[in-house]
Amino acid sequence: MSGPVNWLSQVASVSKFGLLSIPQRRGSVAAAVFGIAGVVAVLVGVLSMGAGFQKALAASGSPDAAIILRSGADSEMVSGFLRESTRIIADAPGVARTEEGSLASAELFVIINLPKRATGTDANVPMRGVEHAAFKVRDKLKLLEGRMFEWGQNEVIVGVGAASEFAGLELGGKLRVGRREWPIVGIFSAGGGTAESEIWTDASVLQAAYQRGDTFQSVYVKLVSPGAFQEFKDGLTTDPRLNVKVLRQAEYYAEQSTAVTKLITTLGYLIAALMAIGAVFGALNTMYSSVSARTREIATLRALGFGSGAVVVSVMIESLALAVVGGAVGAILAYVTFNGLHTATMNWNSFSQVTFAFAVTPELLAQGIVWAVLIGLIGGLFPAIRGARLPIAAALREL
Amino acid sequence: MKFLHLIWSNLKRKKLRTILTLLSIVVAFILFGFLSAIKHALAGGVTLAGQNRLVVRHKVSIIQSLPESYKARMERIPGVGLATHESWFGGVYQDPKNFFAQMPVEPEQFLDMFPEIALPPEQKQAWLQTRTGAIIGRKTAGRFHWKVGERVPIQSSIWVKTDGSRLWEFDIVGIFDAKDKATDTTPLFFRYDYFDEARAWNKGQVGWYLVRVKDPDQAAEVAKLVDQEFENSPAETKTEPEGAFLQGWAKQIGDITLITATIMSAVFFTILLVSGNTMSQAVRERTGELGVLKAMGFTNAQVLTLVLAESCVLATLGGGLGLGLAALMISRGDPTGGMLPLFYFPPTDVLTGVGLSLALGLVAGIFPAHHAMRLRVADALRRM
Repeated sequence: MSGPVNWLSQVASVSKFGLLSIPQRRGSVAAAVFGIAGVVAVLVGVLSMGAGFQKALAASGSPDAAIILRSGADSEMVSGFLRESTRIIADAPGVARTEEGSLASAELFVIINLPKRATGTDANVPMRGVEHAAFKVRDKLKLLEGRMFEWGQNEVIVGVGAASEFAGLELGGKLRVGRREWPIVGIFSAGGGTAESEIWTDASVLQAAYQRGDTFQSVYVKLVSPGAFQEFKDGLTTDPRLNVKVLRQAEYYAEQSTAVTKLITTLGYLIAALMAIGAVFGALNTMYSSVSARTREIATLRALGFGSGAVVVSVMIESLALAVVGGAVGAILAYVTFNGLHTATMNWNSFSQVTFAFAVTPELLAQGIVWAVLIGLIGGLFPAIRGARLPIAAALREL
Repeated sequence: MKFLHLIWSNLKRKKLRTILTLLSIVVAFILFGFLSAIKHALAGGVTLAGQNRLVVRHKVSIIQSLPESYKARMERIPGVGLATHESWFGGVYQDPKNFFAQMPVEPEQFLDMFPEIALPPEQKQAWLQTRTGAIIGRKTAGRFHWKVGERVPIQSSIWVKTDGSRLWEFDIVGIFDAKDKATDTTPLFFRYDYFDEARAWNKGQVGWYLVRVKDPDQAAEVAKLVDQEFENSPAETKTEPEGAFLQGWAKQIGDITLITATIMSAVFFTILLVSGNTMSQAVRERTGELGVLKAMGFTNAQVLTLVLAESCVLATLGGGLGLGLAALMISRGDPTGGMLPLFYFPPTDVLTGVGLSLALGLVAGIFPAHHAMRLRVADALRRM
């Protein structure tokens, strides 16, 4: 029965040697730890950008909300309807109603050039013309400062993301579009969704400003229940007067985020994978020097009857300990630097800017630690085997 | 030079350590290569943009169109050599995943404006004679195996034809190449006259203008004159040099230069630690030998150079290998499968990489080298 216990105590004593000698090898240990920390920080940092972007788009659609576009349009930008069509959509079965009428908002979507604060160069900032129901269709909308715009007036309210990312969108200021000036009367939030990147005004005012006649680009509706979607969709797509495509808002935003998310994750993994290979070499170097610095100790222990398995395991333990420390440092670094960092990027699908916050999620942190452990395992394995295979007599002669 | 052998033997002393350090340097420079390629791909050929070209767009935003009649007015502005326009077609070939840009242009002026686009003369003639003709970049032609003479159907998400259909057909009359690597060979260009006649709405309106100035030194003044010309009209303009326009466009994605620079410094800091550590270990182990060299009459400067040279050889060897491998991997093309059409390793960055590897060798070696130089012969020999 003393076998496993004896083996464990062997592992413990060899590990102790290794861990206690770390201060003497601080240079090479630091190189390995920082190398791994760098991999984890870059991996988590880059992927948190993708996660944040996805989160902003996911926060935009509730399950009982739908968006209607012209058939064949992949974004609001290239969609278009006449007012008659938007009326038919608003009256369709499945749309929720209140005393004030259907919860359907026919909207206009354009972009305007405004300088991005971070770079000072022009960015495509989305501007949306909405109808009364817009605020009930999107339930997370909240006015943070100022007041609502007056219907029929050249006034705008600005999403909180847009106000912080783009210059010239301060409350009380004036937005210049061409030769028009639009007073900014309010700042609103939308539960982290994409509406926070937008500038809002009355749809009829925007139609006039852009000479759009009586046309719209999309209709946002609230359904009586999430289950009513299929019936609503079938009703509209089979209506001979319409030529539309009906999507759940969540589905629409998921589609919108694919291109950017794919770009960010592909590049993020590519860079992190290359860095990980570099870190493996760093870890191998450290662990080889750790083993060779203790050649005599290991040989002495082996001569005293310690098993080679104990040597392997203890070297692996040391390597994993360094890797986990490195991984934790990297994860903390990524969290402190990136989590909640606000930025804006181009959403190619809608040709406009989306503001979002980097999201360092627990899954990403876990993934970072897993990478660190893998690097530690690979970096420890070969030196461990070498340590265990040292011919005892030759190693002792090094005395 | 005669010490080269000595440097080499020193590097071979602990082969495994040397190789591992070398490999981490190699990886760092592969990363350097990839990040430069990514940076340039996202920035879209900013560096080589025509010095003498201006981009004129609607002041409010690029999605608003400008009247075709502006062309004649632009050409009357002093300093303007040539003005032509392009528009955004936004078409889809079979599936939205098959993305590539399509633009209606005026063939003759377009080819004149962009000398970097290489089109065989007979194909140019064919384009001028075929109203529905289009030219396609080599990359996209290769991607879909299109050949000259083929007819390609493209569904436009924006433009309806007068017959109510959104399906446009183009006859491929030419396949163009790029005269330099910074030119995108994925777009399809077709004739504006065909486009304007066939579309149902927005006739006589174009997306944006390109203006060639006669003297690049006057680009800023000409830009101002263009904007003044259209001031207070329903469609005011914003004119900037092509480079600034493309750069602004790239910055819509984010500050790519900042992001790549941040990652690069993290990588190099790490590699500096690894190789600096290797060098100081190597010097520490050789204290006795260095003492012998000094006792034999090696000067302090020679010892310093010896250690520095060793670290520089290691760094430049790793750097060279890494840059070479990076070039090889980058030449295999865009890792995202079509999202970065301009994926290549810019020659200036190769040079920067070589410089960086030398700098890495110097910085990593300087402290151990200095330590070796200051060794006193008696102390060093006592450690033997």
